[in-house]
Amino acid sequence: MKFPYQLKIDPRTEDTPKWLPITTSVGAIVTAFIISGIVLALIGAQPFRVYQYFFKASFGSWGAFSDIVVKATPLILIGLGCTVAFKMNILNIGAEGQFYMGAFFASLVVLVPIIPLDSPRWLVLTLMAAMGILGGALYGFIPGLLKAVFNVNEIITTLMLNYVAVYWNNYWIFGKYSDAGFQMTPTFDKVAWLPRLADLANEFPFFSGITLHLGVVFGIIAAVLIWVILRHSRWGYEITLIGDNPKAANYAGINIKKNIILVMMLSGALAGLAGMSEVTGVVHRLQERISTNYGFSGVIVAWLAKLNPFAVIPVSILFGALIVAGREIQPSGLSFLIQGTILFLVISSDFLLRYKVHIVRRQQEEVS
Amino acid sequence: MINQSDEYPFAVEMQDIVLRFPGVLANDHVNFTLKKGEIHALLGENGAGKSTLMNVLSGLYKPESGSIRIKGETVTFNSPKDAIAAGIGMVHQHFMLVPTLTVTQNILLGLKKPKFFMNLSHYDKKILDLQEKFGLLVDPTAKIWQLSVGEQQRVEILKMLYRGADILILDEPTAVLAPQEIDDLMATMRALVAQGKSIIFISHKLNEVQAVADRLTVLRKGLATAEGIDPQGLSRGQLAELMVGRKVIFRVEKQAKEPGQVVLEVDDLSTTNNRGLPAVRSVSFQIREGEIFGVAGIAGNGQSELVEAITGLREAVGSVRINGVEVCNCSPRKSIKNGLAHIPEDRTGVGTAPNLSLTNNTIMKNYSQSPISNGWRINYIEAHDFADSLKEDYDIQAPNVEVQARKLSGGNLQKLILAREIYGAPSLIVAMQPTRGLDVGAIEGIQRLLLEQRQRGAAILLLSEELEELLMLSDRIAVIFDGEFVGQMDADETDLNQIGMMMTGTLRSEQ
Repeated sequence: MKFPYQLKIDPRTEDTPKWLPITTSVGAIVTAFIISGIVLALIGAQPFRVYQYFFKASFGSWGAFSDIVVKATPLILIGLGCTVAFKMNILNIGAEGQFYMGAFFASLVVLVPIIPLDSPRWLVLTLMAAMGILGGALYGFIPGLLKAVFNVNEIITTLMLNYVAVYWNNYWIFGKYSDAGFQMTPTFDKVAWLPRLADLANEFPFFSGITLHLGVVFGIIAAVLIWVILRHSRWGYEITLIGDNPKAANYAGINIKKNIILVMMLSGALAGLAGMSEVTGVVHRLQERISTNYGFSGVIVAWLAKLNPFAVIPVSILFGALIVAGREIQPSGLSFLIQGTILFLVISSDFLLRYKVHIVRRQQEEVS
Repeated sequence: MINQSDEYPFAVEMQDIVLRFPGVLANDHVNFTLKKGEIHALLGENGAGKSTLMNVLSGLYKPESGSIRIKGETVTFNSPKDAIAAGIGMVHQHFMLVPTLTVTQNILLGLKKPKFFMNLSHYDKKILDLQEKFGLLVDPTAKIWQLSVGEQQRVEILKMLYRGADILILDEPTAVLAPQEIDDLMATMRALVAQGKSIIFISHKLNEVQAVADRLTVLRKGLATAEGIDPQGLSRGQLAELMVGRKVIFRVEKQAKEPGQVVLEVDDLSTTNNRGLPAVRSVSFQIREGEIFGVAGIAGNGQSELVEAITGLREAVGSVRINGVEVCNCSPRKSIKNGLAHIPEDRTGVGTAPNLSLTNNTIMKNYSQSPISNGWRINYIEAHDFADSLKEDYDIQAPNVEVQARKLSGGNLQKLILAREIYGAPSLIVAMQPTRGLDVGAIEGIQRLLLEQRQRGAAILLLSEELEELLMLSDRIAVIFDGEFVGQMDADETDLNQIGMMMTGTLRSEQ
């Protein structure tokens, strides 16, 4: 006796409905929470109470929510950088390294110092942002050039360069710019701090203790910019065409090598800006472990947002919430468990976009 | 299950097969029978339901109603595995081979034996024996990527024979072959049936069907318009009518045209193929305005490389001038700017971006020109209108211009490429195999378009393996053999026979 129903899988012949990608993404997130809940239950915890606590820890107050957005800021920028690269089928997983390089270059402005520290705050910060962008872009340029000229696999180069960047950073914070032997630089002068809402606490008491800083505005501007590039510009058309069929793009007269380098630089620049925003908006100095795997979470963010620049923002906030909640509960690995499960499910759910699954009644065995 | 020798008259009997896809009735109560030891041709236009019917037979689809009997026994196939077990082997139009593995490795792929140790040389020998038995020669130790298309096809057939198939389905096997290779294939098919195999031959080429088939079934829009008839009993015109549902003109009329100035000048051009071996050797020719210059040759004699060198896609030695401007070893963009339009051999791999919309595919060549783009921005409203107008003018069958290009049939995709390339009145059109794999109706349309462009004054370089087409359309013809032009002559002063001899390298013109 066989089970009377079976799954039938057909390739989708007509266009995928517009609502489906969103539905599968949301479905993937919900399912990830359910699976993680089961894991929690198996280790003897109470999943509902854990999630309740999770929710309270992340969305329970304005202060907590602001923490989430602060965590989401680098994710937005890095997620956007990954989006551009992935759109062209360049698998840049070196955002972590580009982030560190951006942070390092930005910090040089005050550490060297490149301009006198009694310059106006806007000038210092603008220069730091420019340096952050430059650092990340240069660090994206290296694998871009290697790929364009020698066809070196960018997954390997970007991944390896991550470690180089971390140790490069360590060299300077342990050595030349160390604060009394600690593995960090001295705290930056206030002139190099990104404005925070808490700065306005005197006028608006409501903002006291709110850590939200200007970096999130960078993220929103970047999202609009990337959307305009990808959806409305000539360059975006070239990126999309190369991403879908590089041979067709070459045939259409598009310079692929140039675009590989440019896209890697843009991708790196956004990660570099994230690094700048983190050192000037959050830690106010260059130190070890300024990134809690932002570079890798950014990859997941871009996938989960289905390479849509605006979707990157809410997805980053969800991941920010996971990071904040992860601080509050033990074991803190739980949020990584959920993140990993989400990525896994999102990638698998692509299957549903390409195929239709029906449940059908098994046909009666033929009587012969 | 076990083959009970010759007791059954029919290898395959399919009755009243019905299969529906969203919006289409792909098979509407179709009957199909295959006698043991015969070649039964299945004729029909693209989308007539031929492949669907065969996918039912090979276990990929389940029919909604109808019955299948194999060698006299009723069967239900739940998967292709069941069909293979019943002795049915399908050779798909697009080969399912792993390019980096050898012939033997590809044939063994997915089989239970060998289990762990490959012992390839033992199997190489086994496969050689099989080859000799059926006259399908190909080096078992060669890697797939080193083989020509014809040889790869032989590997596919061998794969099925090795699995013990005695009912072979060949899905448009000639669409990818050169004339010589087609003859070889037909000889192979005859050898196979002589040894007791039965063959279903899917095609939409009337002359091939008449040349090789014992019986014929014609499908049109899911309905069988002829079942198991004798292909010799009907004229080509009658067959075409059964297939298309209307009268078909086989010859498009070519008007006289006095050629104008030289547009393309190729001088002493040489280049290598992907493996670094010489592919084109010192080729020189000119094409003038209003002239179609045809290049005949068996596939793999340097045609693709020649086209790529001329269109800027491949590095080469020598000179290529379009309207007097040197474009050899420059970017494809420079050639395009100087008036090049290119209809590539590979429609889905080079000519289009399959997952992008028709709009995005139609603006591929003019996305940086006004009115679609002024400055950095692309005006997608203009782009959409542009795509719509091409769709309208060239009668491209698609629900709208926002569908993905991969949803289009081969003929419509080719129309889209042609429409895009012809737009902007290019002075040079390089067309490689523009009608390959298309059905009669679509072929006629494409040929007409090319002649219109000639009339307009475009210089056209046409590479085709359809000699009749080449003779009909071209003003001058060159024959390429082993990367060299072995002859250039006026189309009126030559014939199929002479070109055929040159293509195999047995004849060279005096010049």
